[in-house]
Amino acid sequence: MREEVNEPGSALAPSRMPVEAIVVGASTGALEALAELLAPLPASFRLPILVVVHLSPDRKSILAELLDAKCNVDVREADDKEPIEPGTVYLAPPDYHLLVEPDKRLSLSSEEPVHYSRPSVDVLFETAAEAFGPRLIGVILTGANDDGARGLKAITSAGGIAIVQTPELAHVSTMPLAALKICPEAHTLSLEEMTAFLQEFSPPQ
Amino acid sequence: MAKTTETLELSLLLEAIRGQYHYDFRGYSLASIKRRLGLARERFGCQTYSQLQDRVLHDATVFPELLGFLTVQVSELFRDPEYFRMIRELVVPHLKTYPSLKVWVAGCGAGEEVYSLAILFREEGLEERTLIYGTDINGEALKKAEAGIYDLDRIPLFTENHRKSGGKSSLSDYYTAAYGAAVFDKSLRKRTVFSDHSLVSDAVFAEVHLVSCRNVLIYFDRELQDRAIGLFKDSLSRKGFLGLGAKESLRFSRHADAFSDFSAGMRIYQKQGLA
Repeated sequence: MREEVNEPGSALAPSRMPVEAIVVGASTGALEALAELLAPLPASFRLPILVVVHLSPDRKSILAELLDAKCNVDVREADDKEPIEPGTVYLAPPDYHLLVEPDKRLSLSSEEPVHYSRPSVDVLFETAAEAFGPRLIGVILTGANDDGARGLKAITSAGGIAIVQTPELAHVSTMPLAALKICPEAHTLSLEEMTAFLQEFSPPQ
Repeated sequence: MAKTTETLELSLLLEAIRGQYHYDFRGYSLASIKRRLGLARERFGCQTYSQLQDRVLHDATVFPELLGFLTVQVSELFRDPEYFRMIRELVVPHLKTYPSLKVWVAGCGAGEEVYSLAILFREEGLEERTLIYGTDINGEALKKAEAGIYDLDRIPLFTENHRKSGGKSSLSDYYTAAYGAAVFDKSLRKRTVFSDHSLVSDAVFAEVHLVSCRNVLIYFDRELQDRAIGLFKDSLSRKGFLGLGAKESLRFSRHADAFSDFSAGMRIYQKQGLA
């Protein structure tokens, strides 16, 4: 079952169980960081990536279009109860929380903002940690608040892998620093290193 | 092991609520309901779902508050202005051909959408021939809807939404500001009925020309979504309209064939002519 052949290189990869999904949280400076992280991924990349970006809640976001134009993988806004497809990037729609159901479908919610944010990184990360357990990678990028720190801790508590953008390299370091404070076991990587790291976990086609 | 226990406790809690209070949350989206029950556990100082179950069964004051956690009531007047603009520009011309109209706002919460439609229908000259039903399972929310009172600090957003929806009047024509609150004009409720109705367990109660049910289905699992959409289908007249939330669709529903896309971008559907 274990796909060790396809997880070479990383010190982590060889001995651990396969990863089923990646979750990413970003705020201020998100567009540039996400483009740098996601654009180099090849079209053959097989893991789904679920993303929460803090946006103004005016409900029309061109972020998905912008990223989709730059990326080899498909990028789109998530729909309610959508099954998660491999090799697809799902963005939380503006003004909705994005959650993962226990049956690994996506769901949306208009519950109250968390950390003044809807969507909230914590909500995605905590529900994804429940659904995927150790088969999950959580990534915290640039941002000016502390959303995502609790969620990242939930991921490592469930046995998943935590990655934080190296704070000195982040456009705004508050979110990475907050995550590292609660979750010091997280790996700190540059965006370039992250892209390479994530590819090591992509199963074969 | 721990996870299995928690899952069992959760289903027992939902079963207890159903048995004692006749509210059935078993078909709700689990991720969201777990989060909200987690908040409720913090509020009531309960370590486990079992403790919360004990409280809710033996302390009658707990359930009404718990219901507030279980039902999400965050909305705005003219939320998603573009949706209301499409109703105004594309749906209203069809509705104008009927001598009398019925509209059902399913899951109306504190009434924001009912007032939005009442204002829109007045602006479009349809008010006198229209009856609007606003239904919800939360009695407290329905009381708020009846009262039509919203925090004054939400009014700038409502006003902006109304303007973007193509509003033909000033929102301030419809409310009186007093003591930090905006009290909406009673006349808007003249042709409006608020009523307790559950999409989980109740049946169709009227034939309507427009169902607006936005950001309600996202809290249901697919089976329950299908039940609700089935109710809408049975309730709608021939060529009637169904408006859903911006991120809800009929794509995964077994009733999808009964509807055609009317304004796909805005998730407005039209019931097919042949039953």
